[in-house]
Amino acid sequence: MARRPSGEPAVRATSTLSVTASLAGSRLGRFNPAAKLAAAAFVIAGLLASASLVSASVVLGCELLALPVAGVAVRPFLARTWPLPLGAAGVAVANIVASDASPTTIAAISLRLLAIALPGVLAFASTEAVDLADSLVQQLHVPARFAYGALAGLRLLPLLGLEWDLIRRARRARGIDAGGSPWGAASLFASTVYALFVAAVRRATRLALAMDSRGFASRGPRTAARRQVVQAADWALVGSSAAVVAGANVLAVLTGTWHAFLG
Amino acid sequence: MREHPVIEARGWGWRHAGRRHWAVRGLDLVVNAGERVLLLGPSGAGKSTLLAALAGLLRAPESGDEEGRLLVGGVPAAEAPGHAGLVFQDPSSALVMGRVGDEVAFGLENRAVPAAEIWPRVGRALAAVGLSYPLTRSTEQLSGGEQQRLAIADVVAAAPRLWLLDEPTANLDPPGTALVRETLRAVLGRRDNTLVLVEHKVEPALELVERVVVLGAEGALVADGSPAEVFSSHAPALRAAGVWAPGPAPERLSPPRTGGDPVIRAEGVSVRYPGTEFPAVESADLAAYSGQVLALTGPNGSGKSSLALVLASLLAPSAGSVRFLSGGPPGPYTKWRARELVRWVGTVFQEPEHQFVASTVEDELLVGPRRAGASSAAARRRVTELMERLRLTALARANPFTLSGGEKRRLSVATALATEPALLVLDEPTFGQDASTWDELVALLAEQRDAGRAVICVTHDEQLVGALADREARMHAGRLTELAGTRANRSLAERPSGAAALG
Repeated sequence: MARRPSGEPAVRATSTLSVTASLAGSRLGRFNPAAKLAAAAFVIAGLLASASLVSASVVLGCELLALPVAGVAVRPFLARTWPLPLGAAGVAVANIVASDASPTTIAAISLRLLAIALPGVLAFASTEAVDLADSLVQQLHVPARFAYGALAGLRLLPLLGLEWDLIRRARRARGIDAGGSPWGAASLFASTVYALFVAAVRRATRLALAMDSRGFASRGPRTAARRQVVQAADWALVGSSAAVVAGANVLAVLTGTWHAFLG
Repeated sequence: MREHPVIEARGWGWRHAGRRHWAVRGLDLVVNAGERVLLLGPSGAGKSTLLAALAGLLRAPESGDEEGRLLVGGVPAAEAPGHAGLVFQDPSSALVMGRVGDEVAFGLENRAVPAAEIWPRVGRALAAVGLSYPLTRSTEQLSGGEQQRLAIADVVAAAPRLWLLDEPTANLDPPGTALVRETLRAVLGRRDNTLVLVEHKVEPALELVERVVVLGAEGALVADGSPAEVFSSHAPALRAAGVWAPGPAPERLSPPRTGGDPVIRAEGVSVRYPGTEFPAVESADLAAYSGQVLALTGPNGSGKSSLALVLASLLAPSAGSVRFLSGGPPGPYTKWRARELVRWVGTVFQEPEHQFVASTVEDELLVGPRRAGASSAAARRRVTELMERLRLTALARANPFTLSGGEKRRLSVATALATEPALLVLDEPTFGQDASTWDELVALLAEQRDAGRAVICVTHDEQLVGALADREARMHAGRLTELAGTRANRSLAERPSGAAALG
């Protein structure tokens, strides 16, 4: 893949570091992040408008058929997506128990859920957060301040867990614990959440200062070290997503199963 | 036309938004190109404020009030953010990107360096600071010292005219500190840069600078000249003002104590955090005795803080036992209720803010005694006495979060003392403190020891160990490796089976 001009390191080729991007090493990981989001958005828009067993199963079938083409191996795929069928089954069971919907409708709802969720999960699982930020800025013209600010903030999230433990311990050291009563537990929880919030704001402020000290504050132009390009394959991805969704809806109308359904 | 000085302050002052006092006021200072300045002053003298302003991070009126002028290269500092390179104290809260290469590239992107130049410059900067990892190396996986070298690489790559270093080694352990000093020597030795360095530990910083500027309270200039001039003519005054002047290490206040009865004993204690490969602490045996100070030392990540948490009953060990031997309620020590724990054990965290739960200093001090069930009159008596002893009386009604660094530290130690516990556990008590607070803390802890309490200090501060500790337990990679001091032999003999037993 000759995506980077010479002189730029092939950063993405070995990018398996991010916890958010376990599928980044697959062929899917090399698509432009904005293109992946656009493809997923077509599916969401196209299937939210209708509930049809035909359209949902056509889209889901095409998605599954596309997996080997996108170089997604079975094992990492299952590791990433196993909650989805469980969720869909849960929805089905809830509908069987609590509603008088027909089996066809219930199957349509469950399959639609899978078909909508799958591309979104895959798009995020195959994208490094930094590539997504780059692509949002370069292709979708999201302000850099927002995209990279959010990226830096994302890095602070795991620290909040450590901070939570620290605050709980510091409170115990001061003689403050739940004391065995629900009221005590609730008030301890509330005061810990507040302290965590204060700590998070302090951390974020320090990080924002660090970013500004490196020229992030200047309103002048900014260059991009990692160029995210849109190639023919990316257009093909978006185009085929749109085509599949449109085709599935047409098929649903032709078979008389299409009806507007926004639930 | 004459070239502008790199820094020019004329009657400059800054007051942070919402504060009554000026952080810096009436500052007159000129620093010319190529000068390397060490900026000293007691905590609260406005050193960090001045550095932030020079980096263009303070903008009036949004972030505070300004008076006078502060120019960087002839331009008001606030109009030129990013023209100076600033390295902060704590590298972990200054990193933006997840990967080493991206981190250095970030500063270049912001400064609109042409894309084709970015990666070659990133490579040269990383080589200059001696970071030889691939560009995709995760920044989370670097040690504190390496993260700080990465922050220095960012400044190297940006090549600003003005380097600003705000206590770049304060958060690092001795190996990390050595690594960063070596890097700074190498990087600064080759370049004709202007430098302003803030550093508490003066002596090792002197080789990087040729001029020393001392700020007093509210940022007034106290001394300015070559290191030799400043330290020969002002040394006692500097120490009195809380500045760490070069000189011999502080002396011990008293000979090492043998200590009395054991207060706490850990046997075979291991700590394993979920999702980690190696245990943080592995089968540690350690005891602390009344009337004795035990220093727990070792590099970052060696497990000393985890072991201290176990000894303070703030973390349950995954294996082994901890027993409190000096009274206390029935039941296992790790399961004591917080209100019982606070009567017997006082813990001081590294960052005082984490411990503050009340809105005034006085209420903060009353929390412990009240939770421990002391009568209102007794609690007030104790708190009044403590505030007198620790010079907090004038601040009784102040909000703990608005205190200076030294005051916060005094308050956090005072909260631990308020219930007169038998065991005191302190995590890096002298961290980031100026010389006056340091002297005060050492005297206070010696007093607590002599009152018969067992004191455990987790610390990197070799001067603290030298001046105060009666015993030292060193940790490395989760294991206690060495024990020095007046108990070592006896306790080894106490345990016939224990070749690995310490204390």
